[in-house]
Amino acid sequence: MNWFDSWALSLATFIPIVGMAVVLAIPRAREELIKQVTLVATALTLAVGVVILFRFDYDNVDKLQFSVNKSWIDVISSRYHMGLDGISLPLVILTMGITLLCVVYSWDHFPEPHNPKAFLALLLVLETGMIGTFLAEDLILFFIFFELVLLPMYFMIGVWGGPNREYASIKFFLFTLFGSALMLLSFLALFFKSDPHTFDIVALSQQHGAGLTHGTQLLIFGGLFLGFAIKVPMFPFHTWLPDAHTEAPTVGSVILAAVLLKLGTYGFIRVALPVLPEAARSWAPWIGLLAVIGIIYGALGCLAQRDMKRLIAFSSVAHMGFVMLGISTLTSFGINAAIFGMVAHGLITGMLFFIAGSVQERFGTRELKRLGGLLLQAPKMGWILGFCCMASLGLPGLAGFWGEFPAVLSSYQPAVGLNVALFRAFMVTAAIGTVLAAGYLLWMLQRVAMGKIPVEWEDAHIHDVHVPEWIAWTPLLILILGLGVFPSTIFHVTDGAVQVVSGHFVRG
Amino acid sequence: MPAPYFDYTALLPEIILTGAIVVVLIADLLFEEREKYRTSTLAGLGCLGALVPILYLAGNGNDRSMFGGAYVVDNYALVMKTLFLVAGYITVLLSANYIEEGDYYQGEYYVLLLTALLGMTVMASARDLVTIFVALETLSIPTYLLAGWRKHDARSNEASLKYYLMGVLSSAVMLYGMSIVYGLAGDTRLVEIAKYVRTGAGGHLFDVAIFFTLVGFAFKVSAVPFHFWAPDAYEGAPTPVTAFLSVASKTGGFVALLSLVYVGFFGRGDAWQPILWVLAAASMTVGNLIALRQTNLVRMLAYSSIAQGGFMLVPFAVANQGDGSARPGAFSATIVYLLIYGAMNLGAFAVLIGVARKTRSADIDSYAGLFEYAPALAVLMSLFLFSLAGIPPLAGWYAKLVIFKAVIDAGTAQAVTLGVVAAVNSVVALFYYARVAGLMWFRSAPAEPGTGRIPPALGAAIALPAAVVLVIGVYPNLFARLGELATRGL
Repeated sequence: MNWFDSWALSLATFIPIVGMAVVLAIPRAREELIKQVTLVATALTLAVGVVILFRFDYDNVDKLQFSVNKSWIDVISSRYHMGLDGISLPLVILTMGITLLCVVYSWDHFPEPHNPKAFLALLLVLETGMIGTFLAEDLILFFIFFELVLLPMYFMIGVWGGPNREYASIKFFLFTLFGSALMLLSFLALFFKSDPHTFDIVALSQQHGAGLTHGTQLLIFGGLFLGFAIKVPMFPFHTWLPDAHTEAPTVGSVILAAVLLKLGTYGFIRVALPVLPEAARSWAPWIGLLAVIGIIYGALGCLAQRDMKRLIAFSSVAHMGFVMLGISTLTSFGINAAIFGMVAHGLITGMLFFIAGSVQERFGTRELKRLGGLLLQAPKMGWILGFCCMASLGLPGLAGFWGEFPAVLSSYQPAVGLNVALFRAFMVTAAIGTVLAAGYLLWMLQRVAMGKIPVEWEDAHIHDVHVPEWIAWTPLLILILGLGVFPSTIFHVTDGAVQVVSGHFVRG
Repeated sequence: MPAPYFDYTALLPEIILTGAIVVVLIADLLFEEREKYRTSTLAGLGCLGALVPILYLAGNGNDRSMFGGAYVVDNYALVMKTLFLVAGYITVLLSANYIEEGDYYQGEYYVLLLTALLGMTVMASARDLVTIFVALETLSIPTYLLAGWRKHDARSNEASLKYYLMGVLSSAVMLYGMSIVYGLAGDTRLVEIAKYVRTGAGGHLFDVAIFFTLVGFAFKVSAVPFHFWAPDAYEGAPTPVTAFLSVASKTGGFVALLSLVYVGFFGRGDAWQPILWVLAAASMTVGNLIALRQTNLVRMLAYSSIAQGGFMLVPFAVANQGDGSARPGAFSATIVYLLIYGAMNLGAFAVLIGVARKTRSADIDSYAGLFEYAPALAVLMSLFLFSLAGIPPLAGWYAKLVIFKAVIDAGTAQAVTLGVVAAVNSVVALFYYARVAGLMWFRSAPAEPGTGRIPPALGAAIALPAAVVLVIGVYPNLFARLGELATRGL
């Protein structure tokens, strides 16, 4: 199996692109074949992921495993360097799983204007970009994968989205591109300030900003911050998110929530913190501040929504606030919580968007005012929605709890050199945020699932959960419960690798 | 005085092109009217034939110099000549059906096209003020005529006249600047001028000379504020000619600028660098902002190419900043940008011609729903537009990257400011490129979509740049190498 170890990451990244090429070669009319090819490609990718899970060395999670390091653009000394450690592993597997489930979910109901060929081709490109970002260990390579997701998502929202799709898609594109343009400038600055000049993330992390004045570090970190914070998105750069989520087709929303937002937080953990620890320490209070503003703002935003999907979108802003709060403490406790929060949010919010999509499909609306009584008309779906709301508000025993609670707790004792009083204030504010979260989620549950069936739908025939929906949802539901009961499955994988990152901040 | 030394091997590309011009001219006399389309085949063969000795010279690897250093065939010259000839070949492919079906004079068209190409290949080797000027006129005069080739259309006449007047004016300004340079330095060869520059003599008069010379070329590369002719000329000219103007002719101007600035005037950064800084920032910003408002795709691409030209000027503006280590990187950045820009802009125009065969229009609105009735053209057009916007994994990202790299390498405040201007502009540019893509993909098709077919020549002219955009996007090392090779002689 030695060949596998050196090819695993390339296979995981590029099988979807090969699948896309095959899909493009198939005539548009042969829809069944197109769907089957896509299913095989995403299943193969996940299979590679499963083998990786088995062959991963869990005693050395802090080491890059399955590394490939080949020459790529030697003129600018950028290399094809990929690697997998405990931080990337859960996110990569999450991406592979979610993409496969999305293919299954959309099997029989592609959004208008249909065209499965283009839809699935874009989905496969998206998968390559997402997996590649989590695996890249070279800044230029990272940048390419980070940007690769933009085009497919732009088209996915713009072609298959809701009524306001053109505005939402271009807004998404422009916001992210603006951030990444400045991020690229920062990458180049890191390159020229490093000695010897390198784009290698591992090498840069070992130099951790040596030889840079504090001012330069702050500036470069600022560029990285903008690039990643827009992607997360953090308050006040979040305004693209509700539009994009609301207009995107169901699968687009799921991917956006489950994986794309994580590219930003992952960038903080993988690039920004280890490469420029000194600047990270100076920026941390500001990141923490924006994170708690995001938590409160997102929650209040939720309470003001009339559209189910928009509500879930704003709840994403709040949840990613918890993740960023965990990161901003610069402690291993907080960063572990953040990674758990990323996975949990991916599963739970992904699930909520699936349900919102199914509700929209059945009722033709997502307006909370017009919905109601889902438990009576489609009891299974109603219960699933209830389960996910509970998970999302952080009920102990479900996955959401382990992302939120430790993140809040970690800000009780931030890393050395950070203002303890300030972070404790953040902690209290974030705790209030969890109460608000319970408020808006229960309110949504009440509006959608409980009460009497509105007059409008009394005679409507509403299908309960379909077979493809069951197939797509069951794994997510099991994971939400499983990770809630056994959180150590993730913490065990991430902790060693997180120690390396937080190790930069142990001393003052 | 001994007879000057001729290295005929080094001159072979130019000799072959000249031969092709003569052959096309004679063939045009001999062919029957319905056979005249064959002149395009001959012209295409001429372009490809001229590439053969270039491959030999590149393999041979020696720098060859003639006429006391006034005419040099080095890696840089060879890379640029290859770009010109390939761009010329693609222009011939674009023109074949357009010119044949449009009831134009065919033989003369290709003669003029080849003559312009000849001027460009000479320009790539010119290291002397007089040679540069002669090359510039050789490449300009035929394009004045080509721009007016649609004789019965008033806009084409206007295009030709405007382009001609502006061209002549800029030549005059430039020539005036050159004459002062010659008067002060006592030599027209760039190497000798560089020696004079190093003595630090000349004072303000030399500043003025540099200013006039650069302004002349700013007209040629349509940098803001000397860009007014470009959109009208682009819109009025036959579309294949527009493609040729926006790629080959522009590159010709840049090649001359590269030689002048990096070889001749480099020591006087204080004189040329502020000018180029302003030209770069203004071209990017103004070009992009006006492009946002366009309703015709040709005009939009015209303004977009003004903005792209601004990006190419950025490395000039930072080349001699910092500790001087940025110079080779800046030089190769512009070359790599030119190579990638050539592919993506030619591709965009090729698809534009293809779509116009279906819709009979270049209005941006006529692109609505293209994805529904011509998905391949829509995908390819999106490919080229997003490449122009610099979105990975399409080749344009690497062009943008090398520009930013040059800026950060220089590292001074002025350089970084220009870098931020460029970064913001690349976001603005996305807006109008994405708008066209959005129309093609997000809107529904018109009731009666056009049906024109894509002839094989045009198909090849689309496929070739598309392959470049994809391959270089994923593996930019190929072009990066060329850029590095070209920089060696610096």
